[in-house]
Amino acid sequence: MNLTQGGPSGSPCFMRPSQGRPVHGRFSDSGILQRMPTVQHASRDLMTIRDLSRDEIDAMLDAAAAFRPLSDPAHRTRTDLAGATVVNLFFENSTRTRTSFEIAAKRLGATVINFDIATSSVSKGESLVDTIRTIEAMSPDAIVMRHSSTGAPAFVKRHTGAAVINAGDGAHEHPTQALLDVLTMRDRLGSMEGRCVAIIGDVRHSRVARSNVYCLQKLGARVKFVGPRAFVPETLRNFGVELQHDLRAGIADVDVIYLLRIQLERQAEPMFPSGTEYHRLYGLNECTLRFAPEHALVMHPGPVNRGVEINSGLMTHERCLIEEQVANGVAVRMAVLARAGRRSDG
Amino acid sequence: MGDALLIRGGTVLDPSQEINEPRDVLIRDGLIEAVEKDIGPERAARTLDASGLTVTPGFVDIHTHLREPGGEASESVASGTRAAAAGGFTTVFCMPNTTPVCDSPLVVRSIIDRAREAGHARVLPVASVTTGMAGERLNDYRILLDAGAGAFSDDGLPVENAAMMRRAMQAIVHLGVPIMDHCEDMSLTGPGVIHDGPVAARLGLPGIPRLSESLLVARDCALALETGAHLHVCHVSNVESVEAIRHFKARGANVTAEVSPHHLVLTDEAVEAFDVHAKMKPPLCEESDRQVLIEALEDGTLDIIATDHAPHAPGRKETLIDQSPFGILGFESAFPVLYREFVAAGRWSLEFLISRMTHRPAAIVGGEWGTLRPGRPADIALLSLGRPWTYERSWSRSRNSPWLGETFDAGVAATVFGGQVVHGADRFDG
Repeated sequence: MNLTQGGPSGSPCFMRPSQGRPVHGRFSDSGILQRMPTVQHASRDLMTIRDLSRDEIDAMLDAAAAFRPLSDPAHRTRTDLAGATVVNLFFENSTRTRTSFEIAAKRLGATVINFDIATSSVSKGESLVDTIRTIEAMSPDAIVMRHSSTGAPAFVKRHTGAAVINAGDGAHEHPTQALLDVLTMRDRLGSMEGRCVAIIGDVRHSRVARSNVYCLQKLGARVKFVGPRAFVPETLRNFGVELQHDLRAGIADVDVIYLLRIQLERQAEPMFPSGTEYHRLYGLNECTLRFAPEHALVMHPGPVNRGVEINSGLMTHERCLIEEQVANGVAVRMAVLARAGRRSDG
Repeated sequence: MGDALLIRGGTVLDPSQEINEPRDVLIRDGLIEAVEKDIGPERAARTLDASGLTVTPGFVDIHTHLREPGGEASESVASGTRAAAAGGFTTVFCMPNTTPVCDSPLVVRSIIDRAREAGHARVLPVASVTTGMAGERLNDYRILLDAGAGAFSDDGLPVENAAMMRRAMQAIVHLGVPIMDHCEDMSLTGPGVIHDGPVAARLGLPGIPRLSESLLVARDCALALETGAHLHVCHVSNVESVEAIRHFKARGANVTAEVSPHHLVLTDEAVEAFDVHAKMKPPLCEESDRQVLIEALEDGTLDIIATDHAPHAPGRKETLIDQSPFGILGFESAFPVLYREFVAAGRWSLEFLISRMTHRPAAIVGGEWGTLRPGRPADIALLSLGRPWTYERSWSRSRNSPWLGETFDAGVAATVFGGQVVHGADRFDG
């Protein structure tokens, strides 16, 4: 997979409100992101962090925290989603996220269907629309989907009565990753209000970065993007973040160092010379970590390229929270699936 | 009286003759006979009541896609020209990116024949610069012109090799027609979907850098200056391209340029509301670019308006934005949209807008259309101003317009092509 992303909105639109078309920032059935109404207590979907309110984020984090005791084998008998069907529809490979959703659904008592794209008719040229219509005919309660295109979950939502949960759309958003990251930070730091998080790496192509910046800003934290120009271009400034191209300066005053996965080897035309060069400039190791405050935490969405984003020695550092992130992933996905519940259209 | 037709009671607006007052138009044998005050109905066999309407020359669009041959699921010459008539256009140039490519007299003739059979508008095929638009071999330009081609372009696959483009310019320099240049450096475009600006960054979509256009604009303007050839820059979209054109025009290069209605009216912010219907090449840029495009049209750096009508069959646009084809419909929305945004809004006079849709585009390709001068073809648009018109349906085979469903405060009431009412005839029945 490629990395993650998300983005803020904001600039005004010159288009006129009057002419029967949706105004920018409002809600178009045909719009790429198909915004949910702002009052969305009833929403079962999770498309983006951008469209969530702070209260909704807090509610999901609290719910996730409450699910955590379920990791204890004695508590794995919930029936919240007994009889419900959750379809995992992954158009990109993902062992970790798909497995995390599958465990979460099963712990809530749901039946899980993994739609295997490699052997499905999608690879035989069936369109996404036809695929969704086929799945919809089976009336699933929730569709967890990952796709390489921005806006794919919103597109799918137009064709299904199931709740749609975005498990990553192109370089756009990956909302459950941001929720589990922020839950992990909150555990250690208490409130995120006034905290500072440096997101380091290929921000331009990262859906993890986009969902995280929305989530962190909504919870009152400050965000910096750190990386080479190709990964941290000026166009990202509209997120309302500080851009920094020097690692040491970028981590000097932060509470969290959030490293993004670098995947130069999978890019047809790499945006950066090499992983070695990247590590020399932006890699985190015992030496560079000393430029961060003593309390600064280290996180990574995984899987880690050892020796590129971070060197092996730091993986077991007491301030490195990668394993906690994975554990919180199941709890967050249980909260998201429980919120989605069952379909109500019969 | 013969088959004379009188258009009576309207306000004639013909920028080519600087006419803007109540006049009647007398048509005989498909040609304009007279544009005068109070022509008596006894001089014509048939009279159209144009009271309350503005009578202008039929519009001229030198950049369109009619998709035939090969793309008939999206459009045909007949359906495309019917949509053109509905938008007030009576002369259209269609780009050669068809299957097969329009690079032979045979294909040129077949397109013209289809247009004549349909009878909705005059069509001049734009033949390709290189055979198959492959960028490897020059075509026989004089022979293609003699077959009826109107200009040359490799359109969406612009000539990559500078020496090849230079030779093409040297070959057409004395033929009196331009090379129409879709300026795009494909290596910079890469997998880009929309303008590489804040919206692409926000949505995580691959961006098309602005240099993708402006680098090739600068290169080809420099070649035009050196060769003396007429280069027409298509659908200019950003400030850097405008500056390059301004520079080379000032140096004396024979360069003209067009801008599309969508680049004058929309920006990349429209992607969030309009999704695939805001995806085109070149991509919609930022508000600062849009303002520069408007000013450049006003100061003459950009010469004319062309729609780049680009139909795509409904199924092909019903997909994700990064997988959908580039382009939107143009004919039926061009005048209503531009009238609303610029004339009704008080920025342009109606004459300004009409001139850039009639005789000025005709002049770029050496045509004597877009005028109501006596002796010229009776190609006329009858415009209804200040009355609501809803873009409810399209005559195109495609539906990919961001403006379908909108209501405008002006529309095209009827269109006359070669003396025949080709659109809005029901208005005059009885």
